Amino acid sequence: MIGPVAVIAQTSSGTGIIEYLTVFVLAAFVGIEVVSKVPSILHTPLMSGSNAIHGIVLVGALTIMGEAHGTPQLVLGFLAIFLATLNVVGGFVVTDRMLEMFKAKPEKRPAAQASGVEDPGDRA
Amino acid sequence: MTPAVSLPLSTVRDLVYLLAIIGFIMALKGLGSPRFARRGNQLGAVAAAAAVAVTFTLPTLRHAGTNLVLALIAMVLGAVVAVPVARLVKMTAMPQLVAIFNGVGGGAAALISIIELLHLHSLGLKPAVYVTAEVLLGVIIGSVSFSGSAIAFIKLQELITGRPITYPGQQFINAAVGFAIGALIIVALVTGNIAFVFIILGLSLVLGLILVLPIGGADVPVLISLLNSFTGLAVAASGFVLDNNLLIVAGTLVGASGIILTRLMSSAMGRSLPNILFSAFGAVITATGGEEGDASRSVRTGTAEDVGVLLAYARKVVIIPGYGLAVAQAQHTVRELADALTAKGVDVSYAIHPVAGRMPGHMNVLLAEANVPYDKLEEMDEANAEMPTTTVALVVGANDTVNPAALSTPGSPIYGMPIIKADEAENIIFLKRSMRPGFAGIDNELLYNAKTTMLFGDAKDTLQKLVTAVADA
Repeated sequence: MIGPVAVIAQTSSGTGIIEYLTVFVLAAFVGIEVVSKVPSILHTPLMSGSNAIHGIVLVGALTIMGEAHGTPQLVLGFLAIFLATLNVVGGFVVTDRMLEMFKAKPEKRPAAQASGVEDPGDRA
Repeated sequence: MTPAVSLPLSTVRDLVYLLAIIGFIMALKGLGSPRFARRGNQLGAVAAAAAVAVTFTLPTLRHAGTNLVLALIAMVLGAVVAVPVARLVKMTAMPQLVAIFNGVGGGAAALISIIELLHLHSLGLKPAVYVTAEVLLGVIIGSVSFSGSAIAFIKLQELITGRPITYPGQQFINAAVGFAIGALIIVALVTGNIAFVFIILGLSLVLGLILVLPIGGADVPVLISLLNSFTGLAVAASGFVLDNNLLIVAGTLVGASGIILTRLMSSAMGRSLPNILFSAFGAVITATGGEEGDASRSVRTGTAEDVGVLLAYARKVVIIPGYGLAVAQAQHTVRELADALTAKGVDVSYAIHPVAGRMPGHMNVLLAEANVPYDKLEEMDEANAEMPTTTVALVVGANDTVNPAALSTPGSPIYGMPIIKADEAENIIFLKRSMRPGFAGIDNELLYNAKTTMLFGDAKDTLQKLVTAVADA
């Protein structure tokens, strides 16, 4: 019993919350900054891709599952992991499928440039 | 010299989480250009996989046999369901799929908050006020997103009408539920009694439902974007509950991006977000015209052959795609037509309305699938500037996004929404299945315009006939 109580006492001190709020505010600015530059043709993949990113809630579901005791908590934890996995796996797969359609055009020039960048042999 | 540094496992875990954060930011940045978008998304997937894998090093998870086994079973089940669904669903059903994947994420975030609360309760601890507040945020935002996405899915799948569902006293009931939740939050914070959290959970699920029911038609894309943002914030709230920076950053990135996207979309429709959410947009339909439009007015219908000749000898043709293109899966055929016209020396471009289809960029995805070059896709303002010098505006399955009522009829529900001004072109060709109004359910004056010729039928069949007609012309 000492362990969990000590951990909670530590996070309840209130110093942690300010640090997390700082991270939250900075992340909001980064999100706005990065996303406001996305062209409209990529809005659907953006929505789908960011949908996949919040699937990382799976990490949270696994973390809480580690602490779960008793049937109700285990059942809810199981459900949370299942739902979060749907979100993260489905999200990335469906976004990849959308972006597959944006594959490079068969025009010669950009294709040649792209392969030049990828092939280190060209530079040597 | 390699110093034998032994990092504590928790530090390794935090470092991997940090790398995952960088991966997610790079993924979003990659989506900024078509060339790097796919690689960006794959980087995001790798980052997520690494973060999930390293989570299994948590001592609590490693040492709890039953919990670990259950966790693995749940993950395998999730993956077994998600992969085939994501792979096999048709392109037209993408919006529904995004809605459902979004909803389950919100549900997971809400569950995490509830489990944490049950956990603290079972230890006999009374959570600090700010812990209760974090839990409540996760529960409320997560469950609103869950039930809201479920209704959006049901609407898009057309299991219930896509039209706004209204009933007397709707605004009052919504406000009452909102206030009830607000009041219960205060009670729960003051008393710390977890029973209130479950009442709030129930009310939040109801709130998601009743907020989405009156939103219909053309506004669904904006709604999905908003709910996506909500789920992001719910995940960030879970991050606060679990003291996990990865969840806070990832959730906040999505929350911020969703809000930006939602704002871009609502301003593209010339309306404010509160107006979209609370005005039961399109509910006026029944007053302005029935299912089949106004039967007493005549429209001009043409044959594919006539239109084929008109197109083949045009100077400039602008194709205006809409949801009908997606339904008919006609993106490849429309490209064939464009190729045939280009071969005849016609200048062909596509005018893309920001909210054409049912998701932002829906048309771009479809046309990209058919290998239409990006430089042929013009955004609304660009297309409108060229419209007066356009010989033919070819409207393929679009309706509300070219409806001049948005500019001319102050009483119309879409008044104020910018449109593609197809009516300024010399000729207008409409490919439509019937005279039925569009998704927003509003009659379109443009159909009765003297410059307009209608070609009824499935867009793909009609386009195929046009390709033949152009080749013969």
